[in-house]
Amino acid sequence: MSVLVYIQNFGSKLKKQNFEVASYGSKLAESMQCPAIAVVMGTMEDSELEKLGNYGISKTLKVTDEGFNTLINKLFTQVVQQVVVQEKVTTVIFPDNNEGKAIAPRLSVKLNAGFVSGVVSMPVTLEPFIISKRVFSGKALAQVQINSPLKIISLAINSFGLHEAKTVNQIVSFEPKVSVDDQSTKIVDRKIHSEGISLLDADRVVSGGRGMKGPENWKPLEELAKVIGAATACSRPVSDAGWRSHEEHVGQTGKIIAPNLYIAVGISGATQHVAGISRSKCIVAINNDPDAPIFEVADYGVIGDAAQILPKLTEAVKAFKGE
Amino acid sequence: MKLLVCISNVPDTTTKVRFADNQTRFDATGVQWIINPWDELALTRAVDLKEDSNNPVSEVVVINVGSVETEPTLRKCLAIGADKAIRIDTVPKDAFQTAKQIASLAQKNAFDFIICGIESGDYNSSSVGGMIAEFLDTVSVSSVSDIQFQEGKAIVERDVAAGKEYIQMEGNAVLIVQKGFAKEPKIPNMRGIMMARQKPLEVIPANDANALTEYIGFQLPEPKAKVKMVNADQMTELVNFLSKEAKVL
Ligand SMILES: Cc1cc2nc3c(=O)[nH]c(=O)nc-3n(C[C@H](O)[C@H](O)[C@H](O)COP(=O)(O)OP(=O)(O)OC[C@H]3O[C@@H](n4cnc5c(N)ncnc54)[C@H](O)[C@@H]3O)c2cc1C
Ligand SMILES: Nc1ncnc2c1ncn2[C@@H]1O[C@H](COP(=O)(O)O)[C@@H](O)[C@H]1O
Repeated sequence: MSVLVYIQNFGSKLKKQNFEVASYGSKLAESMQCPAIAVVMGTMEDSELEKLGNYGISKTLKVTDEGFNTLINKLFTQVVQQVVVQEKVTTVIFPDNNEGKAIAPRLSVKLNAGFVSGVVSMPVTLEPFIISKRVFSGKALAQVQINSPLKIISLAINSFGLHEAKTVNQIVSFEPKVSVDDQSTKIVDRKIHSEGISLLDADRVVSGGRGMKGPENWKPLEELAKVIGAATACSRPVSDAGWRSHEEHVGQTGKIIAPNLYIAVGISGATQHVAGISRSKCIVAINNDPDAPIFEVADYGVIGDAAQILPKLTEAVKAFKGE
Repeated sequence: MKLLVCISNVPDTTTKVRFADNQTRFDATGVQWIINPWDELALTRAVDLKEDSNNPVSEVVVINVGSVETEPTLRKCLAIGADKAIRIDTVPKDAFQTAKQIASLAQKNAFDFIICGIESGDYNSSSVGGMIAEFLDTVSVSSVSDIQFQEGKAIVERDVAAGKEYIQMEGNAVLIVQKGFAKEPKIPNMRGIMMARQKPLEVIPANDANALTEYIGFQLPEPKAKVKMVNADQMTELVNFLSKEAKVL
């Protein structure tokens, strides 16, 4: 018996969210009195993989063929399935992000294993296996029971946090029985983000709305994003008007994000916008209207003109960081 | 080329969510139902592809697994421009059972691309698309943000952590779309609404697929602590809160 954690490979590097799923997996394994192991696809140095041992992972299976550096949903599913069988895995944990969403549902069918996505905490009970997840875009929580012997869950990013548990992490190669020259997902071109932080993985996000008044006013927002290491985002009217790229649009019809910190500047907080950001851990609202609905979902609020507040906030962060 | 667009029927995003029967089921009283926003974008794009004769798309079919109550949503899809609607007559229990229904229909009818949204606005399971692909043992591409045709082949754009990738495909795949696939949903016009009445809406019986998961209870989240207001001249205080109290800086 073991708990398997799927570790996404971020260009041969690990990220905080990997440690979060590892923490979750090892806590769960502890309650089930079994080991927590991990699988990583594609190339990564052992010295990097060893870090998973800080979060309770006692064995890591690496599938290092370069053919696994690009996500191929069907192929990756086959590999994870083979790991599950070899290691007698009873519970598989994915991150609830693009890659988890690409593989976990397929694995569910392949293994006839019930899958619950976006879970936010440890199971309520193990027998029967009942777990909480967010539903209605964060407006409610549901308890879901998995009725199959094998269980698959995906963990909402930033919902569990990191829990250190130093363990010796044994790193072994896993040779899957699959053909890596799968031509079904033939990549013909790539555009790599030249700069900035990818919005979907960002830990912090600074986002601007119509209250920013025009694209020429974005400088101070970008400055703030830079000093706190945040990605930039925007509301829908902003991208519709072409002030910012559509890539930045968050909300019901845009990207759904769950950063640790979301700073909404000149955004009114319409339900459709909030649907994309309500999974954030901490929301700060800067708005000149004290009655703006964004203050109902925010943790911290500042009333005033964005153009004046942004530079002050940036200065304060710089001072705090001792720059 | 034939496209199948999977349509989830969901409560309008602005719905105040309530539960009934001792918090064990969603209370649908007075709820306004809509086409799941991502599915609406998928359909919009599919119809645009069909209407532009430079593309090889000849037919757009929409499908929903649901009870008779979802038919107004399917009619709206026909009014937007789908050629045909199919309803598989059962109340969805979970993503696995829903996907199995759609997969068994797709097995009997050849579609070049099956298009799903990234998630349903109600249960947010993000599962049906990937599950259909696995049931069909076919390719799936997730996080799809665009599709173009070049010499009869599709070039599918997807978002990955490092940027974007372009994948060439000849069909026989499930595409799971998110933001960007279409910019604005199409609003049905009068002509579309009139034409929708003559278009076929086929109802098929469900197969006996089982569910693997079961929703047993719901809760509204704890009311959020009231927002803490910080004076606009006290940004140092805000930074302190963010670092010491919220621990996010
Ligand atoms: C089906 C549907 C889907 C939608 N999907 C999305 C979506 O995915 N994402 C999305 O964002 N929206 C979406 N919308 C639109 C949404 O309803 C709102 O219209 C939109 O979010 C408003 O954007 P905003 O907050 O930037 O602009 P506004 O609502 O115009 O708000 C601007 C805010 O800025 C404040 N302000 C003005 N001047 C200043 C200043 N100098 N300093 C500080 N604050 C100032 C104002 O008080 C106001 O609160 C959708 C709508 C529909 C119908
Ligand atoms: N009952 C359903 N009928 C048809 N398609 C569905 C249904 N439920 C979900 N889908 C499709 O699957 C996508 C993902 O939904 P879900 O897995 O429920 O989050 C949706 O955007 C739809 O395209």
